[in-house]
Amino acid sequence: MNRQDEFIQTFTIWGRDFSRAGSVSTEIKEILQEIGVPSSIVRRVAIASYEAEMNVVMYAHKGELILTLNPETIKIEVEDKGQGIEDIELAMQEGYSTATEEMREMGFGAGMGLPNIKKNADVFIITSTPGVGTYLKMLFYLDNEKAK
Amino acid sequence: MTLKEIASHLNLEIITGGDHLSLEVKDGYTSDLLSDVIAHAPPACLWITLQIHVNIVAVAKLKDLAGIVIVNGRQPDEETKQKAREERIPLLLTKETAFRISGRLYQLLAKGR
Repeated sequence: MNRQDEFIQTFTIWGRDFSRAGSVSTEIKEILQEIGVPSSIVRRVAIASYEAEMNVVMYAHKGELILTLNPETIKIEVEDKGQGIEDIELAMQEGYSTATEEMREMGFGAGMGLPNIKKNADVFIITSTPGVGTYLKMLFYLDNEKAK
Repeated sequence: MTLKEIASHLNLEIITGGDHLSLEVKDGYTSDLLSDVIAHAPPACLWITLQIHVNIVAVAKLKDLAGIVIVNGRQPDEETKQKAREERIPLLLTKETAFRISGRLYQLLAKGR
């Protein structure tokens, strides 16, 4: 489905690339600010996209983030090739993390990633195949009636 | 109170972002967990942490923080300094602990109110 009033941009996220980690989320934030999205929504998108980006950096080889904008919705999809998630329900629990000791020392692995995405997105869908990868989709409504 | 005034009152060593100290700091946030800072740090606050690796710059940039204070006399990596210069994020150092510097910042900001 390709709409006339839709803007689509794809970003690549590399696993283990800690030095550039966060740059995709920052770029998305700047795009949204530039087109005049209300700052309360920009803040929520920034939190959720940062967490999704860091999950790719920490747990996958490579991922793709697709940003789709139209007058009603901001959609962010992230698909990665990586270890995937064995038990999504467990991964959604606040405080649960499979981060390594090294990542924890860096201040990651608080077990807040997926819960932060869920809290901030209006719609959050996640599917994963262990050993293959993870797909997640988040929607943010620009319409106040539907938004959080 | 501006970051410049705070740096001078709290005796913070300015490592990067020396020309970006005129921003008004309204609040502070002390945490070493990046997800916590991403979720809860208020905009334009001064972030106090012991983390020194390059990702703290991305967090500060994404959250529009006023700057980062690194505690316990820890020295940021060269990569962190380089990134902070590129992104114009002030990095400041103190030998004090997170507890003590947070307390002093709190007092300073409370006085300014």
